[in-house]
Amino acid sequence: MTTVTMTVNGKSVTANVDPRTLLAQFVRENLRLTGTHVGCDTSQCGACVVHVDGRAVKSCTVLAVSCDGASVTTIEGLANGAELHPMQAAFREHHGLQCGFCTPGMIMSAVDIVNRKGHDLDEHTIREELEGNICRCTGYHNIVKAVEAGAKAMGGTVAAGIAAE
Amino acid sequence: MYAFNYQRAKSVRQAAGLLAKNGEAKLLAGGQTLLPTMKQRLASPPVLVDLARIEGLAGIERKGRAIVIGAMTKHADVATSTLVREAIPALAALAEGIGDPAVRNRGTIGGSVANNDPSADYPAACLALGATIVTNKRKIPADEFFQGLFTTALDEGEIIVKIAFPAPSKAAYVKFPNPASRYAMVGVFVAKRGSEIRVAVTGASSDGVFRWTAAEEALRSRFNPKSLDGVAASADGMISDIHGSAEYRAHLVGVMAKRAVSAALGK
Repeated sequence: MTTVTMTVNGKSVTANVDPRTLLAQFVRENLRLTGTHVGCDTSQCGACVVHVDGRAVKSCTVLAVSCDGASVTTIEGLANGAELHPMQAAFREHHGLQCGFCTPGMIMSAVDIVNRKGHDLDEHTIREELEGNICRCTGYHNIVKAVEAGAKAMGGTVAAGIAAE
Repeated sequence: MYAFNYQRAKSVRQAAGLLAKNGEAKLLAGGQTLLPTMKQRLASPPVLVDLARIEGLAGIERKGRAIVIGAMTKHADVATSTLVREAIPALAALAEGIGDPAVRNRGTIGGSVANNDPSADYPAACLALGATIVTNKRKIPADEFFQGLFTTALDEGEIIVKIAFPAPSKAAYVKFPNPASRYAMVGVFVAKRGSEIRVAVTGASSDGVFRWTAAEEALRSRFNPKSLDGVAASADGMISDIHGSAEYRAHLVGVMAKRAVSAALGK
């Protein structure tokens, strides 16, 4: 067993884990933060995307022990209490989900896109940047609309988007 | 994934020591290939030595006419580096096309080069740009480094520290990505530096990355896509799988090479 300490959604957590524990497993099973989903478990679908030190990663392909000392944000860490993060609100507003399984990863990737590319995103950029996130329901159309609107909305509340990191 | 013992190395010397102690130990860089391989139980190292905490292994600097990239530098950082974009824009563009954004935030150049996957992008850049792979023991020219499928010149316990890329006068990388995995079905990196022209091909050969010398010779008389008319890559030794036959890949090599030359000329 190896001791790991990290900050998850602003709270410090320490645990003794088997080194082969994946970050996705750690947040779901140790921390009971089950918003992070495991879809393909082969780093293709993106349902497990979380932020580690402010960068989107596929948590099914990162060891929890590698995140010692890191700051991790999961989908649960985005909202401010009962108030949805602007990207979450945009997904609801634009019906950017159907079954919802891919949604946590889509939203974490979308916030990462905004952090890297700014608030004014065109459709082509959004589709290219969502390459690592697979949705089997929506056909992506409303997801793209949601990300575009969410990015603009985050421009009005830059502090909220960055504070979540 | 089978259980393993996890070690965090604080220095390259310590990592080398851990490798020497455990013959079957593996180095963990970004883990974007190694961890999926371990999850599929295609690899089961008893010890993983994590390189992430070693200071000075990540970073990009300019040294004379070369860009030197630390082994633990992530693809996303190569893609967005102002130094790389100014000196070797083709290399930045290549990095931006690897996997997807989340993979690029984690995967490293050293890991990709050490693994020498036959469909990886970086080996083509190393070979075409005439890079030098610097390890904890020596400097290895790219021409000697890549030795076939998942095989490199690295000895037991040898660790890549950085890679030096001489800046070309013109260069471009064009790949035909597999529509599902985004790995290169065929990727061609063309580089011109003075009168030297190098064409490296990845994704196509079952021996891994290689230099397409016939194309290099054709381009030496005139660096133009038309020079490649009638120059055909042989299908011998090309990968044949459900995604494409050897003949298809050989054809793609010619098409991608022409596109790369056009792109290098800014067309």
